[in-house]
Amino acid sequence: MSPARGTRTRKPSATSTPAKKAPTSKQSTTSELPDDRPGIGHKVNLLEAMTRIRRFEERCVELYSAAKIRGFVHLYIGEEAVAVGVSEALTPEDAVVSTYREHGHALARGIPAEAVMAEMYGRTTGCSGGRGGSMHLFDASRRFYGGNAIVAGGLPLAAGLALADRMRARPRVTCCFFGDGAFAEGEFHETANLAALWGLPLLLVCENNLYAMGTAIERHEAQTDLAMRAASYGMVAWAVDGMDVEAVEQAARRAAESIRAGAGPHFLELRTYRFRAHSMYDPDRYRDKEEVEQWKNRDPITRLVDRMRENDELGDKELARIEQQVTDEIDRAVETAEQAPEEPAENLLRHVTSAPVEVN
Amino acid sequence: MGATGQPQEPKTTYREAMREALREALRSDDRVFLMGEDVGRYGGCFGVSLGLLEEFGPERVRDTPLSESAFVGAGIGAALAGMRPIVEIMTVNFSLLALDQILNNAATLLHMSGGQLPVPLVIRMTTGAGRQLAAQHSHSLEGWYAHIPGIRVLAPATIEDARHMLAPALADRDPVLIFEHGSLYNASGELPPPTAPVDLEHAAIRRPGTDISLITYGGSLPKALAAADELAAEGISADVIDLRTLRPLDDAAITGSVARTHRVVVIDEAWRTGSLAAEVSARIAEESFYDLDAPVERVCSAEVPIPYARRLEEAALPQTADIVAAAHRVVE
Repeated sequence: MSPARGTRTRKPSATSTPAKKAPTSKQSTTSELPDDRPGIGHKVNLLEAMTRIRRFEERCVELYSAAKIRGFVHLYIGEEAVAVGVSEALTPEDAVVSTYREHGHALARGIPAEAVMAEMYGRTTGCSGGRGGSMHLFDASRRFYGGNAIVAGGLPLAAGLALADRMRARPRVTCCFFGDGAFAEGEFHETANLAALWGLPLLLVCENNLYAMGTAIERHEAQTDLAMRAASYGMVAWAVDGMDVEAVEQAARRAAESIRAGAGPHFLELRTYRFRAHSMYDPDRYRDKEEVEQWKNRDPITRLVDRMRENDELGDKELARIEQQVTDEIDRAVETAEQAPEEPAENLLRHVTSAPVEVN
Repeated sequence: MGATGQPQEPKTTYREAMREALREALRSDDRVFLMGEDVGRYGGCFGVSLGLLEEFGPERVRDTPLSESAFVGAGIGAALAGMRPIVEIMTVNFSLLALDQILNNAATLLHMSGGQLPVPLVIRMTTGAGRQLAAQHSHSLEGWYAHIPGIRVLAPATIEDARHMLAPALADRDPVLIFEHGSLYNASGELPPPTAPVDLEHAAIRRPGTDISLITYGGSLPKALAAADELAAEGISADVIDLRTLRPLDDAAITGSVARTHRVVVIDEAWRTGSLAAEVSARIAEESFYDLDAPVERVCSAEVPIPYARRLEEAALPQTADIVAAAHRVVE
């Protein structure tokens, strides 16, 4: 990972740059069978998780073009290392709050592809019962709290989840994903202030993909060093290479450990890029093709594959196995979504209030 | 002992009743906490939470920055995580800074999540004019909130409701907004022991009558009752309905009153256009048209940002004389 930048903290002891060695990084190359070497199985898992997100969304593009799924669909392609790396650092007891570009977060959190795909189809079996769609994925059992399509709207909510844990002395972390666009919203700054003021166990994960919808960060932020700005609230803040899943995981683990130890909110600026347009409606006229191509050279999946191959940690067979497994999983998801029942219209008014049906 | 020699309930104010309700809530459930601007050290912008910080400590009586969106959103998140937050916003005018959280999250999460995420949250705020606070502290926007599916909107107008509505509001699994009219805090009276649990479903008949229905809520209730007194002196018997719950509206109470009196004046301190009074009037047109002997009259605020000057403010707001005049037009 890149060195910490703009790191500020009230407690000098918590200021150090992240450790060079992550708990999951390669530790040995002496075993005969690659998969038995410590850490390799974990890397395979990271690769599989990123591949699942990539292939899931590629399928979404096809399904959208075929008018099988509709609405706003915001693809995460290119940013998979962020969701996967951060999710690896969280436990099932932790909470996740996400945005409208959350397929990757949802899948990395362990919501089955079937439940996510069924939601894309608007089916009863979808993870939000067909009422949320692409932008509003929820899973209470996995403490996945959406799926918020108001930029920065999830941040105050995340502070509240963290506040409850703090008041109950539960050693949990609430992780909130948001984009660089959210930095211009008051809700980010109100939340950062509140979280630092109250020392909340909150992991703020800014996916800086350099664009707020179609507006480049230089055109929407007076100061583009986001980690530095977050640090000004008195929280630990690191800028990390968001295209390197191991670097992301390493930083997220360190931050989560520190939060669990009571050091208050931490901020990660993950520098990443979306290879696709903002949404399926977006003609993507605001970016140079060369810029996109340059970032594609840093594709987080290719990077991990290349690195594992260089270290003799991944063979063709294993790679093919991962692809096959993920493809099968998504095929099944599409198939079950196609067959899943649609919510009957007479259920329209369900879940407006907890009462059976609101009649007026 | 009172002058008659009978035992008397001690007098209490609306403010004290609300405080007692908060105290009871904090005592009876350790998931409950109060959060908002100046609720702790200051004792509440309107003195409602005075003394609660000393009794319950800063974790549970929590002063917040002036960040309506953040602390309302934090209330939503805490509710999702098993707490029972009571969030105080100083006035409905400031609640607009938190409207995103109230509408897009609190009112919406249950539905968007397919029923997985109820938000058991109570938000209290003051509303209304009458204290020469000018436009940005004087508006009545509870009708806007009553527009939103997914939340319950309460307007306690009496000391009893101020004392007893909070507990059922906290027991509700969904977000409840409580609007306290600023001019009611000093209202004083006896607080009888509750005869039945307060329900949040039904309007109350504050004064039964046979000639005309005065339908109102919140800060306009005392004015409607005063108007009913004047009308009674003229031999006109007014049925005064206190809506109490602005969402969901108690349709049966409205149609029942119209069926008894056949004549209606709706009193609402909000602006006439698009007001709750407009909703009530429309429902009467839909449900009770053939019961009516005269067109429905509305007494609302003038269509003007509420001015500071006393004479202008009084002219902008529904007053007892306006209600009496409207009743005369309907009854004639």
